Amino acid sequence: MSVIVKGLSKQFDHQFAVNQLSFEAHPGQILGFLGPNGAGKTTTMKMICCYIEPTEGTAEVEGYDIRTSPLMVRKQIGYLPEHNPLYEEMYVKEFLQFVASIHKIENKNARISDIIEMTGLGKEQNKIIGTLSKGYRQRVGLAQAIIHDPKVLILDEPTSGLDMNQLVDIRSLIRELGKEKTVIFSSHIMQEVQALCDRVVIISDGLLVANESIEKLSNRMSANQIIHVEFAQKNVSPVLFTHIEGVADVISDHGQFTFTSDSHSDIRKSIFDAAVKNGLTLLEMRQDKANVEDIFRKLTKSTSDV
Amino acid sequence: MFSVFYKEINTFFSSLIGYLVISVFLISIGLFMWVFSDTSVLDYNFATMDQLFSIAPLVFLFLIPAVTMRSFAEEKAKGTIEFLYTKPLTSYEIILGKYLANFSLVIFALLPTMIYYFSIYQLGSPVGNLDSGAIFGSYIGLFFLSGAFVAIGMFASTLTNNQIIAFILGAFFCFFFHWAFVYIARMPVFAANFDLFIQKLGINYHYNSISKGLIDSRDIVYFVSVIFVFIYATITIMENRK
Repeated sequence: MSVIVKGLSKQFDHQFAVNQLSFEAHPGQILGFLGPNGAGKTTTMKMICCYIEPTEGTAEVEGYDIRTSPLMVRKQIGYLPEHNPLYEEMYVKEFLQFVASIHKIENKNARISDIIEMTGLGKEQNKIIGTLSKGYRQRVGLAQAIIHDPKVLILDEPTSGLDMNQLVDIRSLIRELGKEKTVIFSSHIMQEVQALCDRVVIISDGLLVANESIEKLSNRMSANQIIHVEFAQKNVSPVLFTHIEGVADVISDHGQFTFTSDSHSDIRKSIFDAAVKNGLTLLEMRQDKANVEDIFRKLTKSTSDV
Repeated sequence: MFSVFYKEINTFFSSLIGYLVISVFLISIGLFMWVFSDTSVLDYNFATMDQLFSIAPLVFLFLIPAVTMRSFAEEKAKGTIEFLYTKPLTSYEIILGKYLANFSLVIFALLPTMIYYFSIYQLGSPVGNLDSGAIFGSYIGLFFLSGAFVAIGMFASTLTNNQIIAFILGAFFCFFFHWAFVYIARMPVFAANFDLFIQKLGINYHYNSISKGLIDSRDIVYFVSVIFVFIYATITIMENRK
């Protein structure tokens, strides 16, 4: 049992930023924390890290209650806040030494060089933090979060604003860390969560809308997939495709077809086979990537329907 | 606590702030003591350090809020306060660490003025003809006065995340606690009844009292209470952010 959130609520001026939120995160698992902007992700993370106090409810981190033993909780957690605030005027190494001394780490210098290597800060270690690029700043943020080898890592949008290469590096580092630690990691990019996480908690307007394994969520998402197809022939009858298993709807417009499926199986192969059988030339086939906003909309809708 | 203390001290001396504070203090005091003919000891014909002790509070009035203004205002503006408050540190450790660092910087500025003491000691005729007791007392007074100003300045810094506002508020509070009570006490309404009591609320009264070389426990208790109250208020305000 690593992080257990029990009925956590936070009220700002009569408005609930987080409302009765409960979920659990376990060691060796990366928990994706998803939600549109303003859903309460950051507020929840700040409460777990004891930066702000909950209005109601509580959470336990490694068995320590955030209300009664905040100092012990903070010792268990490595936290990377949303905008990654750092002391701009300090040198990278000086800053890490400061963090190490806060955590009273023995053998400071050895640990710092380990961390610098782990986060790939080698080349930048003697620079002033204020002069670093965004990607390296993020690494410094991550380095300060993991320097005391915490059991729990809480990362608030660690990948926002990074370019592709930096994304790949940071993600592989998070994946590595997630093997033994409990990682809670927030994002509003669905693909990223799918690639990294084992479990997903989705909140919207401070309310829990989904808490399930990534497979289950992917299944939910793959239903009603939309596929756009373009044929070289302009006068193809939609009737050729209606009999394909899984196709719920076909819309045609001068050789441009839009297929909607109603099953979890991939209908692209069946469409291709049908095209070949009828001697049609396929110019393009493209699947609509499930948009995160759509999923939120769908999930919030489905919970309010029930 | 000491990790915060070392970090703050490092910040002072790895940037201009530390050197600037010390040199501005020494230059302005030095000018008044040795150069400006109105106040110079050399023209005064008495071996005394009164100039230092009457001008230092005025210089501190501006200098100390300038040192303390960044303590919390900057951390709040840059968001680094979240970094500090999600580390295993108590409010008490963070605030005391910062207080000691700010206070130490002021003491570093004050220490070189000891040279003035030895110079005037040598210049006296006969050598050593100056009131060492009163000077020692005045140093103690200045020590407590700067301690109180640092606490007041840090308190002002928690009220805002704008450093300029923190500086203006800090300077105003320091002025108010140091001099305003002297003038309030002179208002005719308070004459004869409350004037002494009101004077005793201000720092100036106790500073002058210690400066005479008479170290009275009541003055010490006054300064320690002012420092304690403002540090306590600082901790309370920082805790309330939750």
